[in-house]
Amino acid sequence: MGFFEQIAVILQRYYPYFLDGVKNTLIIAAMSVVLGVVFGTLMAIMRMCRIKPLRWLAIAYIEFVRGTPLMVQLMFIFYGLPMVGIEFPDVSFIPNFSRFMAGIVAMSINSCAYVAEVIRSGIQSVDEGQMEAARSIGFKYGESMRLVILPQAVRNILPALGNEFVTVIKESSIVSVIGISDLMYGTNGVIALTYRSLPCLAIAAIMYFILTFISSRLIAKLEKRMKHGRA
Amino acid sequence: MEEHNIIKVEGLCKSFGDLQVLNDITTEFKEKQVVSIIGPSGGGKSTFLRCLNLLETPTSGSIIFRDVDLCAKGVDINVHRQKIGMVFQHFNLFNNMNVMKNLTVAPMRIKGMEQDEAEAKAMTFLKRMGLEDKVTSYPSQLSGGQKQRIAIVRSLMMEPDVMLFDEPTSALDPEMIGEVLDVIKQLAVEGMTMIIVTHEMRFAREVSNRILFLDGGRIDEDRSAAEFFDDPHSPRLISFLQKVL
Repeated sequence: MGFFEQIAVILQRYYPYFLDGVKNTLIIAAMSVVLGVVFGTLMAIMRMCRIKPLRWLAIAYIEFVRGTPLMVQLMFIFYGLPMVGIEFPDVSFIPNFSRFMAGIVAMSINSCAYVAEVIRSGIQSVDEGQMEAARSIGFKYGESMRLVILPQAVRNILPALGNEFVTVIKESSIVSVIGISDLMYGTNGVIALTYRSLPCLAIAAIMYFILTFISSRLIAKLEKRMKHGRA
Repeated sequence: MEEHNIIKVEGLCKSFGDLQVLNDITTEFKEKQVVSIIGPSGGGKSTFLRCLNLLETPTSGSIIFRDVDLCAKGVDINVHRQKIGMVFQHFNLFNNMNVMKNLTVAPMRIKGMEQDEAEAKAMTFLKRMGLEDKVTSYPSQLSGGQKQRIAIVRSLMMEPDVMLFDEPTSALDPEMIGEVLDVIKQLAVEGMTMIIVTHEMRFAREVSNRILFLDGGRIDEDRSAAEFFDDPHSPRLISFLQKVL
């Protein structure tokens, strides 16, 4: 049986494993990015605020999280936290809820640091003169931010956030090691059943690629539309 | 008309780290006067101007605007900035707003002006400048000269007591300098109090009542416009004028 035939047969017989994995991968990625954006925004505000201890805290967090592997962070959350008595609750109607939570929390903590930097650089890329003009005409700092700086920063931030989503889709494959049934976990399951690792991995690769390719196309479209708005 | 001081500067010093940019400057600006500030780059002209509305915080000394010390604790600088218009070298129009929005956002948000009233007022200014067809344009669609004239109108919309110009023509193509200078001259005729940092010597001579020569963080010469050019005292001003004229 040729390679492509094997792929066809495996897909035909085991596609629910893969589809279920895709679904979970998307859920984890989406949740992580959403939480990452919410907390990343707060972190970016802390990173830029005038109160030094808050700023230092944010810098330390961002640097540490970006400077350590996601795998270590994930292990820390999943195995480490229960050892000090912090456990994620089980919810009866969602199977594996505590695992899922650990995965999403670890991914969010990681994503938060990257998002914070995306937002900060987006805001700081707006020309300083814009803030000066707003302040010199009598707007308070907050108003200047809201009316002038943020609307311009969003144009830089949104595409970068899209890229973050693509990155998170790929990186999320790591949560399979703590037994979350994402696409990679499903793939490993099918390999165990069929002993055909190469075709299974090829299927996984293609599915990841489809996910990231569609996402990045959508982002490019969004970017183009915003550019047409005005420079 | 009695001449009131509108801005008084007392013992103004400003340092950036170890670099002392302004060194104990004391002077005053009277109502309806046009004062130009001239000097070599790095002499502290822009920093001085930016200290007047506290875009730069003075290291020491005081800026007294209409009897209020702007540097004093508890002063709401935002209130006073509304009365001090500022025009920048790089225009700094709000890039995310069209021309009309650029002009009306501050009067509406800060002064609570009604939209109709603000737009009518903006239209009057735009018509006077011949820019009424640019109402819906965004800054990126305007020429430098148009941007700067809109920026001047944006300041005028707040009905300031004094206007600060920070090298308003330095970023312009030569053929657009005239249209901006004409607007400033017109304002002078109408009695607007102005403080102008500029490199345009002929313009400074034409429009100013008084010219300051700022070099090494000090006011080296402070004369009427004609005397400034025809009878300079300071050796540094003399050598500066020889270079630029």
